[in-house]
Amino acid sequence: MNMMNEAAIEKAVDQKMNTVPYKMIGKDVSVYYGEKRALFDVNLNIRENTVTALIGPSGCGKSTFLRTLNRMNDTIDNCRVTGKITLDADDIYDPNIDVVELRARVGMVFQKPNPFPKSIYENVSYGPRIHGLARTRAEFDEIVASSLQKAGLWNEVKDRLHEPGTGLSGGQQQRLCIARAVAVSPEVILMDEPCSALDPIATAKVEELIHELRTNYTIVIVTHSMQQAARVSQRTAMFHLGNLVEENDTDKMFTNPDDQRTQDYIMGRFG
Amino acid sequence: MSTSLLLLLVAIIGVIGYVAGSRRASVLANGKSSNLHSRPGYYGAYVGIWATLPAILVMVVWNIAAPTYINSTVRGEFPAEVQAESAATQNLAYGMIGAIARGLNLATPEEVAAIDAGGDVRAILAGKGVPLADQPQPYMIAAAKHLNEMNATSAMLLSVAVLLVAVGGALLAYRSIAARFRARNRVESVILVSLIVASSIAIFTTVGIVFSMASEAIHFFTMVPAHEFFFGTVWDPRFAAAGSGGTSGQFGLIPLLLGTLYIGAVAMLFAVPIGLFAAIYMAEYAGSKFRSLAKPLLEVLAGIPTIVYGFFALVTVGPFFRDLSAQMAGLATGNYQSFIQAQSVLTAGFVMGIMLIPYVSSLSDDIITAVPRSLRDGSLGLGATRSETIKKVILPAALPGIVGAILMTASRAIGETMIVVLAAGVAARMQLNPFEPMTTVTVKIVNQLTGDLEFTSPQTLVAFALGITLFVITLCLNIYALFIVRKYREQYE
Amino acid sequence: MSQVISAPAATARAATPRRDIGIKRRYAAERRFRAYGLAAITFGLLFLFLLVSSVVSKGYTAFEQTMITIPVEFTESAIDKDNERATNPQKLMTANYPVVARNALAKVLGVDPNDRASMRAVGGMLSDSVRTQLRNIVVNNPSVIGTTQPVSLLAHGDIDSAYKGQIDLSVPETNRKVSDKQVGWMNQLAESGALAGHFNTGIFLNGASSRPEAAGVGVAFIGSLYMMLIVLVLSLPIGVAASIYLEEFAPKNRFTDLIEVNINNLAAVPSIVYGLLGLAVFINFAGLPRSAALVGGLVLTLMTLPTIIIATRAALKAVPPSIRAAALGLGASKMQTVFHHVLPLAMPGILTGTIIGLAHALGETAPLLLIGMVAFVADFPGSPLAPSTALPVQIYMWANEAERAFVERTSGAIIILLIFLVLMNLGAILLRRRFERRW
Repeated sequence: MNMMNEAAIEKAVDQKMNTVPYKMIGKDVSVYYGEKRALFDVNLNIRENTVTALIGPSGCGKSTFLRTLNRMNDTIDNCRVTGKITLDADDIYDPNIDVVELRARVGMVFQKPNPFPKSIYENVSYGPRIHGLARTRAEFDEIVASSLQKAGLWNEVKDRLHEPGTGLSGGQQQRLCIARAVAVSPEVILMDEPCSALDPIATAKVEELIHELRTNYTIVIVTHSMQQAARVSQRTAMFHLGNLVEENDTDKMFTNPDDQRTQDYIMGRFG
Repeated sequence: MSTSLLLLLVAIIGVIGYVAGSRRASVLANGKSSNLHSRPGYYGAYVGIWATLPAILVMVVWNIAAPTYINSTVRGEFPAEVQAESAATQNLAYGMIGAIARGLNLATPEEVAAIDAGGDVRAILAGKGVPLADQPQPYMIAAAKHLNEMNATSAMLLSVAVLLVAVGGALLAYRSIAARFRARNRVESVILVSLIVASSIAIFTTVGIVFSMASEAIHFFTMVPAHEFFFGTVWDPRFAAAGSGGTSGQFGLIPLLLGTLYIGAVAMLFAVPIGLFAAIYMAEYAGSKFRSLAKPLLEVLAGIPTIVYGFFALVTVGPFFRDLSAQMAGLATGNYQSFIQAQSVLTAGFVMGIMLIPYVSSLSDDIITAVPRSLRDGSLGLGATRSETIKKVILPAALPGIVGAILMTASRAIGETMIVVLAAGVAARMQLNPFEPMTTVTVKIVNQLTGDLEFTSPQTLVAFALGITLFVITLCLNIYALFIVRKYREQYE
Repeated sequence: MSQVISAPAATARAATPRRDIGIKRRYAAERRFRAYGLAAITFGLLFLFLLVSSVVSKGYTAFEQTMITIPVEFTESAIDKDNERATNPQKLMTANYPVVARNALAKVLGVDPNDRASMRAVGGMLSDSVRTQLRNIVVNNPSVIGTTQPVSLLAHGDIDSAYKGQIDLSVPETNRKVSDKQVGWMNQLAESGALAGHFNTGIFLNGASSRPEAAGVGVAFIGSLYMMLIVLVLSLPIGVAASIYLEEFAPKNRFTDLIEVNINNLAAVPSIVYGLLGLAVFINFAGLPRSAALVGGLVLTLMTLPTIIIATRAALKAVPPSIRAAALGLGASKMQTVFHHVLPLAMPGILTGTIIGLAHALGETAPLLLIGMVAFVADFPGSPLAPSTALPVQIYMWANEAERAFVERTSGAIIILLIFLVLMNLGAILLRRRFERRW
């Protein structure tokens, strides 16, 4: 009964996608790498507590767009961003906005698992430590445990928290990276093809995790796999050659897309 | 026939062999090069190699063996009473015979006749520019003539043998040429062998270093007990008068070693923080423009010869510290007495530190840039600032590599010579005041080996004992550092 | 703008209350850290600047030499009293030329030839090398005897220093090298134009000398040149051959591993150890002459080889495997592939590494001291077996001289050495720029 109830609520939410408020708004976003333009005036809004999937063929700009959302592009020389992106009411490219603060609010999980060469515990506690989110040992323990639980990794590693994070399997490493991101309590989590380096079983676990995290976090995920986009997301945006082709509810996107190119891509005609 | 003429002849035979070999191959090919296994040039090269290589080998072996044989024959002919003398006297006699033999070769037939007639050998040879230490004994003249004869015979035999081998080798190779003969493979394997020989030179060098220094050092330890050298606390070799060769003097390594380590430590104290911070800035903060300008400029410091640093320390830095300390003392106590000496641990260490900055910075820069970008992104993506990322993620990850870099730099500091020769002083003292002069192992090696050398006295041989100590210390540091860096690199590859 | 934001049914939420994550404090730390890095680089560059400017400021005057141009009477009575030169050629060689020069200068200054103290002071203004200078004039052309010729004589090193203002004249007369009388004469000569600074060709052409005004790096330069040629001729082919084997042919086994470790180690062995090796092996064992450029060249070759091998291997490694695959695929043998394709492509990198290795060898001093190149060599070496010295060793020897004029000469010699190093490195950079290939 209870389960049915939850499913019903979920469906209701999905259907009322259009009423969910925006967490982030991208307006005329263009990105240049030196002379080369990689994104062309993209207007894409991210809804709160929703999983938004960015899909498209290689080099279409989906990862580039993702990285503009927490200004990871800043770390690349000669990369320039124009347009406007807001997080809640803040323009994140405003000179008064601090990237450190921004990234504490918009966390990121990368394509390849990249745990620090430190213990599991230190990996997870790193973010809270630098941001001063905890003071005492007990508080840290609490954050580490809850983050690992949220990442579904707690039962697997609770007995070896002080072993190096690099010793875990690929899938575990990626979930550790998710736990590390969650530990900072961000509002948005960006995921850049988080499963591309993982085997199917590990992928299934991470997807399940994304599904659960959705209740508390806004998630944007870049993925190569159409099936994955269909499984985990409620909204999908399709990029092609640096342009946003279509953005729609995932169900609609995969059944009856508005744009011909989307249809071609989903049918596997290119990409 | 002189060696160079012989070499030229062999080369000519080689060229002829090359041309003949190529020709014969072309003829065999019969206008269709696919009939041949290899291009004609390879057949030519094959003949050329057979013409030259064995001949040159014969020449080398002969030139090593023949003098040894002639030497022992001449000595064997010494009169019995000379043979009874000490080895040193015999060496002297042999040297004289050699000089007479050279003189006789220059003398005219009349002069030779005069010598035979019992004329003044010393005067006649002096006129030829061959001075003799003493009036030679009669047997020496006979021996000298025999020596000349044997040398002439040897040279002739060598010429004949070499030419025979060259021509024979060429002919044999020429005859073996056939259409399906794999000339290229043969030639290539000769090239491969020469490549292997070239790369073995590195090993020969190391073996040469170890053996040459070890044998001289062992010689030294027969005169001065090893424990007195390694644990002695007084360095006072007291240059003995030439020839006395006594072991008067003390050869304690400890004061030199302490000086070396002290000056090296002062240098590292300057070089490591500066070099490390410079590397961090270059790798993590600097824009590509700044980096492309500042990095080569900083590395110029490593390209400046150390003698220039030594001179800089001697005429600029040393006097500056001395005058500065005099001013400071004057302001503090009213007595303008400098407490830093111009030659001091501080001066040498400071200047050496400047020299070492680029070693630390470029090595660490490489290490830091080798830390994968994903770790940086991971930390920045969590909202860490750059310095937090560097301090908490990158440096810990790069630590083993940086330790390796620092060890390599330390081995440079220990082996550095010219700066300390000019700026550290020569007094072997054990003390802890950085403002006083101290001396190092390298300074003493230079001191003991410049000037008139006599290879039997402990005063000079001690340099080899010092050298092998230095070599072992730096070798251990380097091997350990290389090991660490290698493991570090493997981790991120 | 606001239209877009509110276009679909929803609006953006109001900003959530901020967490305090210590931004201010953390950014202060960030700025401090960054400043340390910048300070470190500034410090290093500052010292580079200080070093160079100290050497240049002390040394640029070495390229100017004070000369005294006066009419010199080659009187028969002073040079060849008894007119023996036809029968005894030694006579012209041994004549007392310094007196000739001194008398000439005394005449110009109007000093009484009987005032012996003053005459000694006059003689002290001229370099001792006037003996050789006047002798060469007379021997080359004996007909000058009995005539008066204008000659430019080298001023004494102390006068040279005083004229360049390097001697503090406020010091009491007894404590300095030049007397007030000499300074007076110097000014008198300078006013009349007889004493003036000229471009110093001697520093480039002369050999070692105990008199700073006549000392030059010419002989040392030839010694260095011999050694560089030997290093180039030996280390380039051997180094390239070794690298080709290690990079292209060597199987991965313990022997090649040993060679690898060895080469890396040899690159870090202190240079003075190579000097000991040269002394023990080339001089004591093989019996080659001490102080010879050949021995120096061999020692420097062994020292440079590891550098060249490491650079060459890097250059070979940078040639992409696709080139090798292409050549092998056409049926070329491994050897042909390497020598026809890989090596030519790697050549710019190899040459760059070689030039840098040579530059290093050119500045190396310590091993040369041990093989006796620290000898006083005044004559040009005729062959690599003749006694010679090298540029950096000459600098070392001059650095140990006490006279003020030698500090200037030493700095001058360092400038010459540095110019050579800069040229070599520039060559390497140009080579790299010109031929650099990005795969």
